[in-house]
Parts: sequence; C-alpha cells; structure tokens
Amino acid sequence: MTTAPTAAGTAPAPAAPAATMAQAFNTALRHALRDDPSVHVLGEDVGTLGGVFRITDGLAAEFGDDRCTDTPLAEAGILGTAVGMAMYGLRPVVEMQFDAFAYPAFEQLVSHVAKMRNRTAGRMPLPITIRIPYGGGIGGVEHHSDSSEAYYVHTPGLHVVTPATVGDAYGLLRAAIASDDPVVVLEPKRLYWSKAAWNPEAPAAVEPLGRAVLRRPGTSAVLITYGPSLPVCLEAAEAAAAEGWDVGVLDLRSLVPFDDATVCEVVRGVGRAVVVHEASGFAGVGAEIAARVTERCFHHLEAPVLRVTGFDIPYPPPMLERHHLPGVDRILDALARLQWED
Amino acid sequence: MTVLDQQPDAAGPGRPHPAPPPWHPGAQAPRTDPAPLLPDPAPVRALGTPAASSLDPELLRGLYRRLVAGRRYNQQATTLTKQGRLAVYPASTGQEACEVAAAAVLREDDWLFPSYRDTLAVVSRGVDPLEALTLLRGDAHSGWDPVRWRTAPLSTPLATQLPHAVGLAHAARLRGDDVVALAMVGDGGTSEGDFHEALNFAAVLNAPVVFLVQNNGYAISVPLAKQSAAPSLAHKAVGYGVPGRLVDGNDAAAVHTVLAEAVEHARSGRGPVLVEAVTYRLDPHTNADDAGRYRGDDEVAAWRAHDPVALMERHLRDAGLLDDEAVRQAADAAEELAARMREEFHAEPKLDPMSLFAHVYAEPTPQLREQADQLAAELDAEAVAR
Ligand SMILES: Cc1ncc(C[n+]2csc(CCOP(=O)(O)OP(=O)(O)O)c2C)c(N)n1
Ligand SMILES: [Mg+2]
Repeated sequence: MTTAPTAAGTAPAPAAPAATMAQAFNTALRHALRDDPSVHVLGEDVGTLGGVFRITDGLAAEFGDDRCTDTPLAEAGILGTAVGMAMYGLRPVVEMQFDAFAYPAFEQLVSHVAKMRNRTAGRMPLPITIRIPYGGGIGGVEHHSDSSEAYYVHTPGLHVVTPATVGDAYGLLRAAIASDDPVVVLEPKRLYWSKAAWNPEAPAAVEPLGRAVLRRPGTSAVLITYGPSLPVCLEAAEAAAAEGWDVGVLDLRSLVPFDDATVCEVVRGVGRAVVVHEASGFAGVGAEIAARVTERCFHHLEAPVLRVTGFDIPYPPPMLERHHLPGVDRILDALARLQWED
Repeated sequence: MTVLDQQPDAAGPGRPHPAPPPWHPGAQAPRTDPAPLLPDPAPVRALGTPAASSLDPELLRGLYRRLVAGRRYNQQATTLTKQGRLAVYPASTGQEACEVAAAAVLREDDWLFPSYRDTLAVVSRGVDPLEALTLLRGDAHSGWDPVRWRTAPLSTPLATQLPHAVGLAHAARLRGDDVVALAMVGDGGTSEGDFHEALNFAAVLNAPVVFLVQNNGYAISVPLAKQSAAPSLAHKAVGYGVPGRLVDGNDAAAVHTVLAEAVEHARSGRGPVLVEAVTYRLDPHTNADDAGRYRGDDEVAAWRAHDPVALMERHLRDAGLLDDEAVRQAADAAEELAARMREEFHAEPKLDPMSLFAHVYAEPTPQLREQADQLAAELDAEAVAR
C-alpha cells in the first residue's frame, strides 16, 4: 500500500443502505457481467438455484444460461473448460462449491491455470477467476470447512485474495475479474451474512490487487490477519485495550501479491507482531509472513513474530471446532508473550 | 505452405515401408461385443408383474418391513435436524428401496461403500443409527468400525469412494476371497472423473464390484438433463466393457433382484456391473435446501404416487402376502426405532476435545504433542474459570 496506513472503512456514507457480504459478491458479479460481455460465470448449481450460498442469485435469470451456466458435477471439468474458454478470449468466473470440493480441479489449477502465461512466454494469459468459499466456523460437517490458502499461495502464477469486509468483497472480486492473470478469490463463508453499510448502487472504485489495509491503528503491537480471522482480531484488539495494550489490526486482503511495504511499515512502527489465521500453522501462510517480517524488520522487532493458527489436525467435526479455531483468548495469550518486561 | 508441403526430393527413390500394424494389436474385432452390455431401455420392474409371484414371499415381507422402518428413520432424522440434534441431514426419503436393497443383497463379508446420503443403507447393514449418524450429528467424522461392519465411512467428496471399492474388490480377488464390493453414487456423481476411472479400472482388473447409481433426478438443483446427455446412466457402462442395468429404483423387489444378480455376476468372477436405479428424492437436498427454487410441486406429487413404501404394501396386499396385522407390526417396529433414536439423540454426546490429536498419526508428532498440551492447559483454565 502506497498511501499511509490509516483506519480503513472510515465513516459510512450517510444513510448508506446495509448489505451483506453475499450481496456484495453478487453485485460484483452482476456488474462484471453487465460491463463486459466476455465475462461468463460457471459452476455447480450457480444457475437456477443461484449457488448454494446464493452468490450467483438472479444472474442466470438476468443474463441468460450462457452467461451463468449450471455445469455437470465435475470440478476438473469446470476449470478445464474455463481454461479453454479463456484461450478463446472469454473471461470465465468459476465457482467451486466448497473449499474441499475444489481439490478435483487441482491439476487444472496447478498444471495449466497457473502456468499457461509462463509456458507460452506471455502469449496466452488466462484471465480466470476462481471463487472458493473457504474456512470454518459455520458448523459444517467434514470437508466443508477447509482453509486451503497455503496450497494456492504456494503455486507460482496464481494471485490469491481474500476479502474480509462487505466493501472489499465487491472491490476485490471486481479487481480479480478484471485481472488478466488467474485469481483465486477465497471467500470467508462464515462472513457471507455479515452486514455493513454499503451501497450497491455506488460501490467504491475497484482497487488494484495487492494492498493491505490497517483496520485499526495501534501503538503497542499489530495483529496481521486476513479473511475470516479479521473480526476475531478486531475483537481481540478491543479486549487487549481493556488490558492496557493498544493493538492494531492489519488486514492483508491479498496474499499474492503480498504487500511487503505496508506490512513492514506497520511492523516497524510498533515492533511487535502476531500473525493470526485459521489454517493449520505448519508451513502455513503465517510462516511466510513471520519469515518476511523477520527478514525485513529484524532490527525493529522487540519480540519474535508469533503465530496463532489452527492446530495441525484435519478440520474437526462441528461440535469440536471451537477448540481448533483461533479465538480471542489465544490471541491475548500470544500478545502476552511478546516480551513486554523491559 | 508449411514445411510439410514441400516437394519430394526428385532424386531419392522411396524406401519400402513396412505394412501398418492391425488397427488394434492382436485383435481384428472388438474384444467385447457391446450389444449384450447395453441396458434394456425399459427399467426392470418386478412388483405388479408376473415375475413378482416367483419371488420369495419372506424376502418380500422382509423388504417391506425395512422400507417402513427406513421411511420412519428418514422422518425421525429430519425431525431431529429441525430440533438442532443433527447438524444437517440429507434424507433418502423416496429412495428407501435402493437403500435397503443395497444392504440386503450383501453377505456379511461383502463390503459397502456408501455416499453421504446413504446412512439408511448403513443402518440396514446393521450399524446403530447413533453410530451411522455421527458425521451428520457433528460429534465425530465416522462413528462405526468400518472393518467390523465391512462398510466404508460415508464419502462426502462425490464419487471418490468408487475407486476405493474397486481396489478393495481387487485385493479380495488377489487374496482368493469371493468378496464383492457394492459402491453407491448419485446421478450427479457420475460426472466426476473418479466415476469413470473406477469403472475402467474395475473392468480392466475384472474386479468384483457392483456400482449402484441412484438416479434421483437431481444433483442439488441441477436436473439430469443438464448432467448427462447419455440415453441413460446405465449406458455409461458400455464404453468400459461393463454390463449396464436399468431398474425401477422405487420397486424394492426389482432393485433387489437386479442387484442380487449383479452381485452374483461379480462374485462368480465375471467382473463389474453398473446398475442405474431410477428413483426420486422426495425431500429437499438437505434441510438447508429450498427445493421450490428448482422443481415444482406437480413433479413431486407425481413421484409421491410412485412411493416405494406404498408400492410394496399395495402389491403385497394384492398378492395376499400381507395383512393388517403384519402392517401394524411393521409400523410398531418402526415406531420403536424412532423412539430409540429420539432417546439416543436427545442425550448430549460425549465429547473429548483432546481426541482431536488422537488419530492424526499412529504416533503424534512432537509438534502435535505440544499443541495437545496447549489445549489441555486451556481446558484446565476454562474449568477453573467455571
Ligand atoms: C467433489 C464434490 N463436489 C461437490 C460437492 C457438493 N455436493 C454435495 S451433494 C451434491 C449433489 C450430488 O448429487 P448426486 O450425485 O445426484 O447425489 P444426490 O444428492 O442426488 O444423492 C453436491 C454438488 C461434493 N460433495 N463433492
Ligand atoms: Mg441425485
């Protein structure tokens, strides 16, 4: 981020109507379909039903089945078909129904979507958007709560973004669709029904990908997070304030490209950082962040960069998921370990 | 003009070229005549046909009792979901004939590979509902011992269980056991690559597998017409050299007959069979689904008139194989099952958060031990706070 980090979200526009994150995603798709005839939405149940999360609600009715298409039930087929459509100049937006159901498409993603630009020496970019509802906390049964971001960010050639607010749901999805590179949009499904003041008639300008934003300023430490963990971090920062720590919260928004500049600027300003995400910690995104921050900000750090993450276990059944997910207490515990003594 | 179009070098005489190999090495004719593999265009029906009279009355009465109990099971599980006792329930209401027949045709040492909707088949296999439903209750991923019950865990990623069934059947054959695997999948699942790979492997390995496709008309909201352009899903077998059978999936006697033949075919070493059972999901996809968005009441009503439970009762009564007393007994037994489910599911499940670390590896890694210690400390602190 090139502008000075400030508390984003700022003041809601006067009398702006409230919208859910699901509505913001839906509006982004509607506007993309309206503005660009080469945009096509495809996936399982995206047409008549409007998607199991209703993100594509009304699109087939408004734009026709050829612009918003119910496909056969086969994720490799969906993404492979999107590759061919993109080769012919279209701009496909595919929906994977759930995080864990995107895995059959992994080969297409890794071997083709991510690499086509490179393999063809830039002659054949693939402007494909891959929307994936991800993460837990919804009481979902097995295979419905994976945090799969590490697989994607570890694949060179893919952009990976994950909005955490209603406004960003619109802005990042529009930017993803507009990008000439493939973008994986990880949608934090437990925030789909979160609401904020946001006017679908006057959405904010589409920002370029790759900019982190400071959601809450703080002088003692910063929580670096993204997607579903943002509200948890804001809550933890609030609780920390009661204990005398002025803790900031930085929302990455984009994992690839990664906003080193903003992250380092914020960390250098406070000297203490905790990375928070739901995914397992081992070799997760937090490990990359901690390493980058340490490499770049070592002399500004008052304590090692700590991570608060899910355990290194398969996602638990819903009745036990609260023990797995990073919560406020675990974040406060980590803050307490940031070597405050001197 | 491409490099391929350049004129031949005038000087050199063409070297003699060997004769081409036959189009298919070692075979001038197709290896398998596809004709006998083709499914009959009309689904097999038993009830109400002369064939019904040749079926064992005790078998039919047994199927009837299971259908009645199965319907009650679906209703009770749906109610428990509304009461918050299950996290989610994909009902097999309307599909009970397939569910109970799939279990009924198997020997104890055969294997069942259920899909996520098939807990009724699992219960029909003998597993207690409390164990069969842990995944959907949300207290554990899989509640039963798969080896004891010769029943694989429910498979939620669609069609992924099918290659497993092939491998298991192949292994049994390698070991010299005459064990059969029966794998269940929906119409939507037949679009996944794993379905096709499983059929091909089964055929090439001559594995004793029966694939049961329950074609209930929809994959969530997507109707069959958008799923497949094949004349039937049973036709998909033919390209792999596997026989395909089409059966009325709401006619329990017919499903039993066709599946029993398929199991016998597989057991006798003649390879896999694909059975498409045409049925209908009378309830929404799950309790969370709004089926009104994609199908009309008329369609549902038409299928209600072809209800597998009512169908069986009507035909058994007409044939003089069922009286009021037997109907009452079946209903009573079903009520007992429902009462037992209510009692079991209204009790709070026993949950042990430390179990999260128990079975990730045979031995927890050092890192997992640390994490387990962390959770244990948190739980202690929680207990103290209370
Ligand atoms: C690989 C995969 N993709 C998507 C899903 C999400 N999903 C669950 S059930 C379902 C429809 C399945 O339809 P069908 O195979 O006909 O079985 P039915 O639900 O009718 O029993 C879908 C798309 C999944 N479970 N697995
Ligand atoms: Mg179906």
